[in-house]
Amino acid sequence: MTGTETVLGAPVERREGREKVTGTARYAAEYDAVGRAQAWPVPAAVARGRVTGVDPSPALTLPGVLAVLTHENAPRLADPQDPTLAVLQSPHVPHRGWFVGLVVGETLEAARAGAAAVRVTYEAEDHDVTLTADHPEAYVPDMANGGFPAVTEHGDPDAAFASSATRLDVEYRVPPLHNHPMEPHTSTARWDGDRLTVHSSSQGTTAVRTELASMFELPEDRITVLAEHVGGGFGSKGTPRADVVLAALAARTTGRPVTVALPRRYLPAVVGHRAPTLHRLRLGADAGGRITSLDHEVTTHTSRVKEFVEQAAVPARVMYAADALRTSHRVAPLDVPTPSWMRAPGECPGMYALESAMDELATDLGIDPVELRIRNEPETEPDSGKPFSSRNLVQCLREGVRRFGWADRDPRPGSRRAGPLLVGSGVAAATYPVLVSPCAASARALPDGDFLVRVNATDIGTGARTVCAQIAADALGVPLDRVRIEVADSGIGFAPMAGGSSGTASWGWSVHEACVRLGGRLAGHSGPLPGEGIVADADTSGTADADSPFARHAFGAHFAEVTVDTVTGEVRVTRLLGVFAAGRILNARTARSQFVGGMTMGLGMALTEDSTVDPAFGDFTECDLASYHVPAHADVADVEAHWVDEEDAHLNPMGSKGIGEIGIVGSAAAVGNAVHHATGIRFRELPLTPHRVLTALLEHEHPAGMLGA
Amino acid sequence: MDTRSAQPHGPSRKVIDAMDSQHEGTAPASPPRSDTTLRVNGKPHTLTVDHRRVLLDLLREDLGLAGAKKGCDHGQCGACTVLVDGRRANSCLLFAVALDGCEITTVEGLAGDGEELHPVQRAFLERDAFQCGYCTPGQICSAIGALAEAAAGHPSHVTDPRTPSGEPVPLDREEIRERLSGNICRCGAYPRIADAVEDVIS
Amino acid sequence: MKPFAYVRADSVEEATDAFAAHPGARYLGGGTNLVDLMKLGVETPTALVDVTRLPLDVVEELPDGALRVGATVRNSDLAAHPAVRDRYPALSQALLAGASGQLRNAATTGGNLLQRTRCPYFQDLSKPCNKREPGTGCGALEGVHRDHAVLGHSEQCVATHPSDMAVALAALDARVELHGPEGARSVPVADFHRLPGMHPERDTEIHPGELITGVVLPAATAGLPSAYRKARDRASYAFALASVAAVLHLKDGVVDRAGIAFGALAHRPWRARRAEDALVGAAPTTAAFEHAVDLELAAAEPLRDNAYKVPLARRLALDVLGRLAPPATT
Repeated sequence: MTGTETVLGAPVERREGREKVTGTARYAAEYDAVGRAQAWPVPAAVARGRVTGVDPSPALTLPGVLAVLTHENAPRLADPQDPTLAVLQSPHVPHRGWFVGLVVGETLEAARAGAAAVRVTYEAEDHDVTLTADHPEAYVPDMANGGFPAVTEHGDPDAAFASSATRLDVEYRVPPLHNHPMEPHTSTARWDGDRLTVHSSSQGTTAVRTELASMFELPEDRITVLAEHVGGGFGSKGTPRADVVLAALAARTTGRPVTVALPRRYLPAVVGHRAPTLHRLRLGADAGGRITSLDHEVTTHTSRVKEFVEQAAVPARVMYAADALRTSHRVAPLDVPTPSWMRAPGECPGMYALESAMDELATDLGIDPVELRIRNEPETEPDSGKPFSSRNLVQCLREGVRRFGWADRDPRPGSRRAGPLLVGSGVAAATYPVLVSPCAASARALPDGDFLVRVNATDIGTGARTVCAQIAADALGVPLDRVRIEVADSGIGFAPMAGGSSGTASWGWSVHEACVRLGGRLAGHSGPLPGEGIVADADTSGTADADSPFARHAFGAHFAEVTVDTVTGEVRVTRLLGVFAAGRILNARTARSQFVGGMTMGLGMALTEDSTVDPAFGDFTECDLASYHVPAHADVADVEAHWVDEEDAHLNPMGSKGIGEIGIVGSAAAVGNAVHHATGIRFRELPLTPHRVLTALLEHEHPAGMLGA
Repeated sequence: MDTRSAQPHGPSRKVIDAMDSQHEGTAPASPPRSDTTLRVNGKPHTLTVDHRRVLLDLLREDLGLAGAKKGCDHGQCGACTVLVDGRRANSCLLFAVALDGCEITTVEGLAGDGEELHPVQRAFLERDAFQCGYCTPGQICSAIGALAEAAAGHPSHVTDPRTPSGEPVPLDREEIRERLSGNICRCGAYPRIADAVEDVIS
Repeated sequence: MKPFAYVRADSVEEATDAFAAHPGARYLGGGTNLVDLMKLGVETPTALVDVTRLPLDVVEELPDGALRVGATVRNSDLAAHPAVRDRYPALSQALLAGASGQLRNAATTGGNLLQRTRCPYFQDLSKPCNKREPGTGCGALEGVHRDHAVLGHSEQCVATHPSDMAVALAALDARVELHGPEGARSVPVADFHRLPGMHPERDTEIHPGELITGVVLPAATAGLPSAYRKARDRASYAFALASVAAVLHLKDGVVDRAGIAFGALAHRPWRARRAEDALVGAAPTTAAFEHAVDLELAAAEPLRDNAYKVPLARRLALDVLGRLAPPATT
C-alpha cells in the first residue's frame, strides 16, 4: 500500500497540536461540573512526629469552606500498595510536608483560606535528614529500583585495581533533583453512587485505577480514570500520587465533584524526587587504556515510608569491558520525603559519575576521551554476558565527532579563551535499557472506511496518539488520515504507563498486533462491513514481556561546548549535540523534541538545578520555581539531536527502542567534562553554579577576567 | 480586629466597599466582592468577584477559559501569561477586581472567529514547539507580547546598549531567548520555540 | 488568603486617606510581590488601596535637569524610556536584569522598592523568621543561606533585599518621594532601606501610611557613564547572587565622582561609600579600583556557606568599574 514505507518514521504533526496551541486541550483541573468544589491540602509542619490535635473550626467558620478532612474523620481506606498514598489515615508524620489535612471549599480562595486556618498541633520527634557516605543506618538493600540486584561482582576488582598501571579513585555527588512538570499533580474526582470517575494528571490510568480499586475496595469496573492531556510528568506521575486519593476521598465525603490541584511548593515533598546520590568510582586501566577494574559504589537515601533505591550503579554493568567489575548500592532511610522516579532514574546520575570518571581517566592516560570509550567497547554485556541485540555507541561517538568538529579540539585544558571567558568542550556516552510491557489494544474497521484504534496510552507530551496512529497505519497498510485513535481512558483496557521509555514499544506492539489481526480478518471478509464494523483485539501478555536472550539497550553520545566566565563563575552551554542509536525512530519530529527535551533537562542538572535538604527543618529549601532553577530560555542556546540508523530485529514489531530518557543521560557529564576542559578544574559535585565554580576558580588562582593579572 | 469596620471612605465614588456583614452569628458570610467588568477576547463580562480572585482563576473558573494555565500560581513560570490591554502579564498575580475596565486577550482569543490560527500559533504547530502543551498558551501569549515590545522599542537585558532609544529592536535568537525567559518549559521545547518565533519575524 | 476590602484611589490624598481609614491596609501596585506574599499568608492585609490608577505614571524632566519617575511607572516602561536609557543606563540595565518581561510589565517603581526579601524562611509560615514574626528566631542564620547577606546583617536577620532596580537607584543618588499623613518628604534611596539590627520587621524608613509617589534621579549623575551587572544561578529570570551598579565620572585624569552600590549582599542595596571615598581623586587604575573595592568589602562577614559572595561582588565591581573607565595601560 502506498505511503506505508514512509508513515512510520515520518515527521508527522501531533494529532492534538491544534488543541494545545489554541488552549482547548483539557487537563485534569479543567473538567468543571455543577457543584464542583476545590480542595487544598495542609502539609505537616514538623519533620517527624505525630499529629496530636486538629482544630478545624477556624476553617469551618470561613465562608465557602465545606469540609476539613484529617486522619480523625477521613474515610478509612485499605492499605495501598504504595504507602505514600495512605493519606489522612493516621496521625503519624513521616516527613515534613506530608499531608495531614485537606480543606474542601466552594472556591479555590475558600479552600486555601481554610487550609491556612486549620490548627494542627504536633508532637515532634528528633529527625535525621542528612545523607552521608558513612551514615550508620545505611544498608545494602535486596534490590535497587527496577528490580536490579543491589550488588554485582565479577572477577576481583580490588586486586585488579591495586595492580593497575593507572588508577582513578574519585567521588561525585548529585543533589536531590525535582521533576517539576509544568502541570502540578492534579485530580478531579466524581462519585455517582458507587461509581468513581477521575480525571488525573497521570502517566498511566491503569495503575491509578488498580490502586484506587484496592484502596476504596471497589471492583475495577466501577472506576474510570481519564488522562486526556497531561502536562508532563518525567516519572513523578508514573504511579498515582496523593492528589487522586485526596480528590476521591473529598468527593466521597462532600458528595461533590472535587478538584485537588497540588500547590507547586508542596510538590517536592509529596510527588517524589530524584534521590541524592554519593558515588565512589574506582577505575583501573592498563597503559593501553583498557579498563582492568571498574568499581562503582552508590550511597543514596530513602524515606521511612518506603524503600526506593536510585539504581545509579546499574549502567556500569552495561557500558565498558572490564575484567573486574563491581557495582553496589547502599541506602540510608531518613526522615525525608520519599524519592521516586525522575527521568532516567539510575542511568542519569550514574552516568554522570561514570562518564565524568571516564573523562578523568582519559586525562590521566593522555588518551582522547572518545578513543578511550571506543577502546573499552565490550563484545557482550559485561554483567550478563548476553550478546547485545544492537549496540552502536561507537557509531554515535564517531558521528558526533564529525558533526561537532571534535577533531579540531585542542585537548589541553584551559587552552581556549575569549576575553574573560574560558571555552571548553566535552563528551560523554549515554545508555538506557529497552523496556517493554504487555498491553491491550483493539482495532476496528468501520463501515465509513476509517479505522478506530483504541489503546490506553497516555500522552504526556511524547506524541503517543500520533505515533500509535502511525504504527496502526503502517500495520494496516492504510493512509494515516484513515486512522482514528482513542487513548488515556482506563476503560479501554490495561496498559503500562508512559515511563521507562517503554510506552511506545508497549502500546505500539499491541496496536501493531491488533491491526495485523484486523488485516487478516478483513482479508477474509467480503462484502460491506457490518454496522459495528469488524474488530480485532490484542493482548501482548507473554510476548512483550518474554525473556530475551539479548541485552537490549539504547546508546548515545553527547558533546557539549561551554563558556566559563572568569569574572563570575557563570557557566553557559553554548552548544549541546547528541547522537543516539535507539532502534527505528518512529516519528522524526516528536522524537527530536524528546531527545532535545531530555538534553535540556540534563543541562539543568549540570548547571542550574540545585536542591537542599534543610537539616534543621527536614524539607527541601528550594521548593518553588523561583528558587529551584529549571533552565529558562536564555540557558538553552543550541541543542541538536541526531540519530544513526539502527536496525534491530530483537525488539518489537516496530524495531524501536525508547527515546524519552536517554537524552538526559550523559548530558550533565558532557557539560561537566567541558567545564574541566575549559578551566582545568575537575568538579565532582553538581550543579555548576557560580558559588561552586567561582570558588574553585579562585582556588586555582585564575586571573580575574577583564582586570586579570 | 473588626472586619466589619471597612466602609467606603474618602471622597471618591470609586471606593468600593469591603466587607459585607461578616461573622454575624455563626453562619459565615460571603467574603467581600465587587462588580467588575472586563472585556475578554472582545466580549464584555461583568462579574461580582471575590476580591481574592486573581485574573487566572477568573478566566479558568468563572469564564471557562482554561487556556491560561496554572503552573505555579506565584509568577514563577509564565504558564498563566495573557495580554492585559495588549501587554503580557502573569494573570496569577493580578487581582481581577483591580482590572475593572481592562481588555484581556487569552490564547482562546488569538485566532479570531474563523479557523485561521494566529501566526504565532501556526508557527508553534509547524515547528513542534511544545510537547506536553501546558506552558504553550503562556509561551504563545508571551511571544506575541514580546514581539510588540520589541517593535515599540523596548530593549532587553541582551540588547546592545548602543541601540538607539525609541527605535524597534531587531530580534535575533539571543534576544528571543532572553525575552521569553519568563516562560518555563520543562519539556525543553525552547529551541523549537525560538525557531517558531523566528519564523513569525521573518 | 484572608478576605480584604478593596479601595481604588484616584488621587494621592484619596489613597492616603483610605489607607488611614483601614487599619492593616496595604497599597497595591503591580502586585507582583504583594499578591505572591498574600497567597503564602505572609502578608495579610485587611484592605488593599489600589494606587495603580493614580496619575503617577509619568516620567518627567525637571527644570534642574533631574528626572522624576512616577511611582506607578511600570518597570518595563522605565527601562525603555529614552531619557533613562541615555542618561542613566545603569538603571535601565538593572531593571532589565530583573524578573521577566511579564513581571516587568506589571511591577511599578514604588512597588519594586518595597518588595520584600525572597528568604525561604520568610516565605514559609511554618518556620521561624524574625522579619515575618519578630521574636521567633532566624531560620537562615544556621540554615540554608547561600543566597543570604554578607554585609550589615544581624543575629536577628540575614536576609537580602532582592531588587536590582534599587541598587542602580542607590548608586545614581536617586531620592524617594513620599507622601503621608504628615505631608511630603524625600529620602535618598541609599538610606531608604534599613539594616536589620534588632528590627528586621522594618524593611525601610517609610512611615505608616506613607505612599511612595515617585523617584527623582538627580541631574548630577545624568549622562555620566554608569552600568549594572549581576551574577545569577541561571541566565535569566533569577534573583542576583551578587550585583553591582556603578557610576563614574573622570575629570583631569582622576575620578571626580563615584557612585557604587552592591545588590544581594545585604538587607538593603549596599552603597559603597568607603570605596567611593577612596576612589575620588585617584587615577582610575586597576590598583585603585582593587584598593577601593577591597576597602569596602573588608567589612563583609560571610555566613557559613556564602563566602563566595565576597569575591563575586569584588569581581563584578572591578569588571564594571573597568568598563566605565578602562584603566590606562600601565
